[in-house]
Amino acid sequence: MSVAEPDFPSSWKKPPFIKSPLLRWSIIIGSAIYLALAFGTMDVDWERAAEGLPRGKRFLAAFFPPNFSDNLGVMWDGIFESIWMAIISTVAGIALSIPIGLGAARNLAPKWVYLVCRSIIGGSRTFPEIILAIFAVKLFGFGPFAGFVALSIGTIGFYAKLLAEDIENINPTQAEAIKATGSSWPQWINYAIQPQVMPRMIGLSVYRLDINFRESAVVGIVGGGGIGATLNTAFERYEFDTAAAILLIIIGIVMALEYTSGYLRKWVQ
Amino acid sequence: MLRLEGLKKRYKTGDYALQGVDLEIPDGQVIALIGPSGAGKSTLIRCVNRLVEPTEGKVYLGDLELTTLSSSKLRKARRRMGMIFQEYALVERLTVMENVLSGRLGYVGFWASCFRKFPKKDIQEAYRLLDRVGLMHMADKRADELSGGQRQRVGICRALIQDPDLLLVDEPTASLDPKTSRQIMRLINELCKERGLAAIINIHDVLLAQMYSQRVVGLKLGEIVYDGKPDGLNPAVLTNIYGEEDWEATIEEVDEDELVEDEVEEATV
Amino acid sequence: MPLIETPDGPIWKRRTTKEQFIRWFIWLIAIAIIAYAWKGISDKTIWFFVQDAPRQAADIGARMIPPKFSYMSRLWAPVWDTLNIATLGTVIALVIAVPVAFAAAHNTTPHPIVRTIAIFIIVSSRSVNSLIWALMLVFIFGPGVLAGTIAIGLRSVGFCAKLLYEGIEEIDHTQVEAIEATGATKAQQMLFGIVPQVLPTFAGIGVFRWDINIRESTILGLVGAGGIGLELSGSINTLAWTQVSMILLVILSTVIVSEWVSAKVRGAII
Repeated sequence: MSVAEPDFPSSWKKPPFIKSPLLRWSIIIGSAIYLALAFGTMDVDWERAAEGLPRGKRFLAAFFPPNFSDNLGVMWDGIFESIWMAIISTVAGIALSIPIGLGAARNLAPKWVYLVCRSIIGGSRTFPEIILAIFAVKLFGFGPFAGFVALSIGTIGFYAKLLAEDIENINPTQAEAIKATGSSWPQWINYAIQPQVMPRMIGLSVYRLDINFRESAVVGIVGGGGIGATLNTAFERYEFDTAAAILLIIIGIVMALEYTSGYLRKWVQ
Repeated sequence: MLRLEGLKKRYKTGDYALQGVDLEIPDGQVIALIGPSGAGKSTLIRCVNRLVEPTEGKVYLGDLELTTLSSSKLRKARRRMGMIFQEYALVERLTVMENVLSGRLGYVGFWASCFRKFPKKDIQEAYRLLDRVGLMHMADKRADELSGGQRQRVGICRALIQDPDLLLVDEPTASLDPKTSRQIMRLINELCKERGLAAIINIHDVLLAQMYSQRVVGLKLGEIVYDGKPDGLNPAVLTNIYGEEDWEATIEEVDEDELVEDEVEEATV
Repeated sequence: MPLIETPDGPIWKRRTTKEQFIRWFIWLIAIAIIAYAWKGISDKTIWFFVQDAPRQAADIGARMIPPKFSYMSRLWAPVWDTLNIATLGTVIALVIAVPVAFAAAHNTTPHPIVRTIAIFIIVSSRSVNSLIWALMLVFIFGPGVLAGTIAIGLRSVGFCAKLLYEGIEEIDHTQVEAIEATGATKAQQMLFGIVPQVLPTFAGIGVFRWDINIRESTILGLVGAGGIGLELSGSINTLAWTQVSMILLVILSTVIVSEWVSAKVRGAII
């Protein structure tokens, strides 16, 4: 080895993620200022928070033990109502989603149909199910029908969008091959498009059923029926042990649904 | 230097990957480990630094018995064994420099490594190694921007900066083209000579094994079936290791090819 | 049902008779369930209201136009609150989600029991809607932005931790092995081998969830947890429909802007 070996630098710094120092520092300082301001708006009422601790403890204590027995009838009613609501709104939502989703796929539909369907999807995606439910309750009165309408609209925004995207991502050569046989449009959809998107769509409908059940637990808070209404009543009457029981049941059903949907998706694919 | 005594490895499936391997490697010797896929080459190398826990047998590094070491002592022992991987195994989202410096992790503390505060000596050494393999200008590039041959050079630097006594090399050329393969093998060989390192090189390619090693060990179904000079590999031996095939061509090619190729390379470098 | 027949040769059917029978049977059950579910709902519906709905809708729609633009001056503060609830809630969620995710991923969990606990945290956080979290937190902290922020945080922990632990399980293991072979400690392996691999996933999840949280935080006010939802429920209760339409307009634009921002940021990261 030669003696006149070049002298190598003895320090090294990781090159920064954002190259321009001006941009880097303005992002860092900007976010620091924002976080400070945002924390400022939290207006933590320290007295209240200090009170909150024992209050929270009492609150949690009131949850235990969960009371499954006292309001059993009402609880079952609420749960079944939620389940029915979730099923019906998933079925109705998907039934409406299929034509809309086909229309919103750029490779299937003419331009104007595409635009109309996309705006329907956009419209139903913008507002959370709860806001939809508030209006549905105003229109249809209290009860599960309002929840059903709100959740169905929510399902369209979710399902039609994913269906359209899936159709846009299909393998075009398969579609061409079927078209080349001289098939009609419905035949083409049935043979070329449907087999490609079907497995994922079945998985997604189970997933949406899961979401609709969860959401059905909250549309009740604004009067949309279901287990949410039962839960809200429990809170309003300060029956926290019943509320705890309802929450546990919700968690249990959601877990069961998640397990089933995972299993079903594996089975379908 | 390194001594394996009755090394056995049984996987959970019940299959023996190694069935009692005895092997001794003196200081500074480069050996090639050949054998068909599934012969246990990778397992053998990984049993040495215990990335795979051997089921039975002993591994001596100098006087130190490795198989019974506690995890902190094992980490100290691992610093003495540099490893080079088949698919380079660089951390792709880190810079080249960080990848090289990661070879020093066994020597620096957690917080120092967290803030990339490596000792000056290490950084100098990292630059020296990068310069040696011709990648000085790449230090600040991210590892996934490099070509295969360049990545493997960085992998070599990472192993060498550990200041090891022994190199464990697992299929260093498996994902490289023939020319780069030779360059990499030559580089490993040169570096071993420069530093007096012993090395075990797993390799698929019989030709490369013969060209760049002082000793060849053939492994078949977890047992050593050949141990000797590279030019002792004749059709009978190869048939024993790999099974029936026309081996004449392979071997003849070696002699001529080696000479010619090396002269050419010598002239170009 | 696709069916191909040749005049007098063999007949090709897609399914055997037995399979066909089972399929019909499954359909029958499904339809029965749906019909029963529909009955459950329709029994509790007052159909007079439903028939009246189109008229109602037209009525409310007419009252909502034009939106009361002057009301905007009073909406800036709630919009700012909504933004803060979403952002700080996401930050809280990410801070909690990291350890939970590492505890839940098969390849980094310290112990199977720890993993079970982590999974339980994830599932319970995910199955309780943020509105329900808010409902409970308002009881503890009193009405206001704080309850909303914590509700969003708790609700998002499960989502972020789930996606993050799936990301951790999908990393390239040999990169970690290479770090392990250098004699690095477990903590260093995590720092050099795992963290760089999951960092982009992590950032992506954060932005994705922030976008969702903007939507969610617009409604928390319905139960008193701060933000624009508070104005919304106030305006609906007082039947101030022009204010309602203004608020809906504001929510719409907030959501569009947040979607645009998150798409931009995600594009920059990936």
